[in-house]
Amino acid sequence: MAIATETAQMLKLATPPLDERSKYLRKLVVRALAGGERGHVGSSMSLIEIMRVLYDDILRYRPDDPKWDGRDRMILSKGHGCIALYIMLADKGFIPLETLDTFCRRDSILGGHPEAGKVPGVEASTGALGHGLSIGVGMALAARIQKRDSKVVVVMGDGEINEGSVWEAAMCAGKHKLSNLTAVIDYNKIQSAGPTREIQDLEPLVDKWRAFNFAPVEVDGHDVEALRQVFGRLPAQQDRPTAIICHTVKGKGISFAENDANWHHKSKISQDVVAKLHAALE
Amino acid sequence: MRQTCLNMVYDLAKRDPRPLFVGSDLSPGLLAEMKKEMPERWYMEGIAEQNLIGMGAGLAKEGFIPYLNTIATFITRRCYEQVAVDLCLHDLPVRLIANGGGMVYAPLGPTHLAIEDIAIMRALPNMTVTAVCDAKEMVRLMNCTLDWPHPIYIRLAKGGDPVVSREDLGFAIGKAIPMRRARSKGSIVLMSTGVMTTNSLAAAEILAKDGIDASVIHFHTIKPLDEATLLDFARDAELVVTVEEGVRIGGFGSAVADCMLEQLGTAMPPIVRLGLPDEFPHNYGLQEDLFDIYGLLPAQIAAAANAAFHREDAVA
Repeated sequence: MAIATETAQMLKLATPPLDERSKYLRKLVVRALAGGERGHVGSSMSLIEIMRVLYDDILRYRPDDPKWDGRDRMILSKGHGCIALYIMLADKGFIPLETLDTFCRRDSILGGHPEAGKVPGVEASTGALGHGLSIGVGMALAARIQKRDSKVVVVMGDGEINEGSVWEAAMCAGKHKLSNLTAVIDYNKIQSAGPTREIQDLEPLVDKWRAFNFAPVEVDGHDVEALRQVFGRLPAQQDRPTAIICHTVKGKGISFAENDANWHHKSKISQDVVAKLHAALE
Repeated sequence: MRQTCLNMVYDLAKRDPRPLFVGSDLSPGLLAEMKKEMPERWYMEGIAEQNLIGMGAGLAKEGFIPYLNTIATFITRRCYEQVAVDLCLHDLPVRLIANGGGMVYAPLGPTHLAIEDIAIMRALPNMTVTAVCDAKEMVRLMNCTLDWPHPIYIRLAKGGDPVVSREDLGFAIGKAIPMRRARSKGSIVLMSTGVMTTNSLAAAEILAKDGIDASVIHFHTIKPLDEATLLDFARDAELVVTVEEGVRIGGFGSAVADCMLEQLGTAMPPIVRLGLPDEFPHNYGLQEDLFDIYGLLPAQIAAAANAAFHREDAVA
């Protein structure tokens, strides 16, 4: 635990300030929160740079042909962070930007957890935690059998990997040496009930993934350039899946919400709160 | 039936590029020929049922038809959320081959008795639930699984089960088969699923000796339920008796009763549902012993039907 905490603190010191694009994307998150008057604030904000780099620089996709066979597959296994995915899909043209305003509304395609059958670009319906990595294993194995060079990226939360199913999937991925599979952990160190080290300590996390025959890599999950470099060098090792442990800050970019479990999810978000969220991003 | 089912996976895989087999921790040498001939379509992934289902979902999303296989209790209870979310919510063509449906594993005790599998599987949207009665019928079912676009639960019986199904009666998923037709529909109608159809046919012979002419309708598919055939026979029946190797709560008999209540209302005939009470079986022995304890042997089915028939007769 001590090692990772020190690493996280070291990385935090070095994290560059949010640039205009990161701020813009966070404003889109606020737009969806305003539309739904609710949402997972902290869980979405910690994901922004991960999703930004994946969609800006790494993943192969066609917004006008979301099921294109040659695409890379990205599963947001921590489905409650879905606003961070929705804004990227809107930003890239999978869905109109205006759709963000309908978040969680009665007839919206954008629910509080993403559904594959409804939202173009969503690969798997998630929300129940600990499902994405196994689905990713199946997809990565299929790509190998079908001789496709598609990458499969599964983004998980730190609380999510409390689930035993994650480790069943990890064992399986390691056994099959699925080098086309990448597990990403949004390690913001705070789950719904409080700090992960108090609720269910994950340390030594790097050693865990290594023990499951992944190639683990640690990175500052808000450092865009560092993320580009790590994602740009996949797989980290040729003969095994990669685990990218992203040290992040829950609620990143919203000063009063950072590292506060109370901002994991908010309902009844008023216009005043929306204004405060916007102000925090100026 | 089990061996036939697995052999059929190999057979289907030879005909079509989509099927592949994923087992948990099954017998050494299982489908060895398939493993040798098509190693990229044969997997044994260990005792990790949640992963088994999720992996199957991922493969199905990419165009495969995964046939997943392990013991019935483990492929239902252990990974119910994965079955619900990964398979049913996505409505994927994954097949769950469930070894030891019902009370096949009698000597192994309640952890291995799949008594509520039908009830919990049929509660899931998009899930198809099947329980064929013998190996010959298994071949017919398996041939239909290539083109069925939804997840399918395939309940297996013990193996070496007597063959009572008939090719000339046809087979389609979701279509019940009248196996014995009484001269008049105004009599007892036995409705059964899985190997309980074998016992129900034998029960009908016993009833015949008592002068009661009963029909036997076999529901190899419990969901979607063939309501048309069900109602065709139930509408004029004096008595409907459902027979299943599982709990009565939410099971096959519940499905039949729901349909009759909704479609026939006050005109519905009396119904007796034979199956397990709301308890875990606590005995061991053989499957037949548990049939005996729960009144599912042919003579017991006949006696229960006969008693109810005469009770109704007296009321009338």
